[in-house]
Amino acid sequence: MESVWIALSLSLKVAGWATALNIVLGISVGYFLARTRFFGRDLLDTLLTLPMVMPPTVLGYYLLVLVGRRSAFGSWLYDTFGINLIFTWQGAVIAATVVAFPLVFKPARAAFEAVDSELEQAARVLGVSEISIFFRITLPLAWRGILAGVLLAFARALGEFGATLMVAGSIPGKTQTLSIAVYEAVQAGKDDTANMLVVITSIVCVVVLLTASRLAPGRVSERTR
Amino acid sequence: MLLDLDISKTLRSGRGEFHLQLSYASSGNRLVILGPSGSGKSLLLQMIAGLLTPDRGYLKLAGRTLFDQQQRINLTPQQRQVAFLFQSYALFPHLSVRQNIAFGLRRGVFNPRVNMQNETVDYWLENFGLTAVQQQKPYQLSGGQRQRTALARALITEPRALLLDEPFSALDPDLRIHMRNELRELQERLAVPLILITHDVEDVKAFSDETLCLKEGRADERLI
Repeated sequence: MESVWIALSLSLKVAGWATALNIVLGISVGYFLARTRFFGRDLLDTLLTLPMVMPPTVLGYYLLVLVGRRSAFGSWLYDTFGINLIFTWQGAVIAATVVAFPLVFKPARAAFEAVDSELEQAARVLGVSEISIFFRITLPLAWRGILAGVLLAFARALGEFGATLMVAGSIPGKTQTLSIAVYEAVQAGKDDTANMLVVITSIVCVVVLLTASRLAPGRVSERTR
Repeated sequence: MLLDLDISKTLRSGRGEFHLQLSYASSGNRLVILGPSGSGKSLLLQMIAGLLTPDRGYLKLAGRTLFDQQQRINLTPQQRQVAFLFQSYALFPHLSVRQNIAFGLRRGVFNPRVNMQNETVDYWLENFGLTAVQQQKPYQLSGGQRQRTALARALITEPRALLLDEPFSALDPDLRIHMRNELRELQERLAVPLILITHDVEDVKAFSDETLCLKEGRADERLI
């Protein structure tokens, strides 16, 4: 029974960190792609959206190749900082972040593109600095669209299985998240534990989806001028 | 001298090129720029406000150089300290009337609080008869109230000049006449230099100290 709560808290920790990282990464990349034009922008957008359609195991394999001890980047991380991401919960965070990234980045870009640029110009003429315009005009107007994506990303990170298993493995109490624990419980014939895990996961996901649908754009009448 | 400029700008779009070539010096405190749509008058106003950069030349407003290509001067919109009244008013939809008006007074990364206290804001709210609607959002306002909110927001920063982009085109005819008189009185009271662009000859009659006619990106010498 206690192992269930350990798996749940680990899942929440991993999904929480992945979501926090994605809020920063997804918003900055989404804003950047919405406001700049350069050669290869569409290609970059496609590459960044790939995690949404690729099998998580393939992503996990890419991550293994990229951050594993035998790769250039992985060995540099280990030699310089003593960081090893494979078979750690931090590795699970990386996997969940990559998989859920498009769910924040895509709506963020769309939300920034939907902000009327004349409002930003009006703020500019009023003497407000560019950074202030972002926090006082652009972000508040795009926020609802972004938030819906953030919640979906949280739910996706919570349910992450394939890439996490490839990168972090399934070490009980260390990297065994809720969704992996379900698989292990079924394999071991522990039906009671599996039932418990499945119910908890379902409840958390329903709550997240309900919240996301309430925040989704299109229900916001006060924004129309 | 209100406006002294000699600028050129070429814009390319899918449909072809547009050239704006203009040399003009104005003497009065009020200037109306008249032209049909596509004459480049909006571009000119944007260049004065710093929202668009000319390719060549110089631009002075009220004796202050805002842009000079040879001396590599190009002030940002923030540095120009002008007020710009957009055709659609560009009120911030997520802020109340009070917050909109106070917007330019506040620096930093936070918007003015809903209940912020400020005498200058109170003054403008009262002056424009907006006190009763100060907590409402822009979408709840009438056309005239929107325009007054936008004007108050622009004037509260004590601008060096007031730039107006087709200020009355979004209003119905009765209100248009009323707001035109109101703006004229306000301008005379504040003695703030005013540049107004329009395609409506009635605006010229109400404000004309001086009129510049634009046609296809050039000054048009014909008499009105």
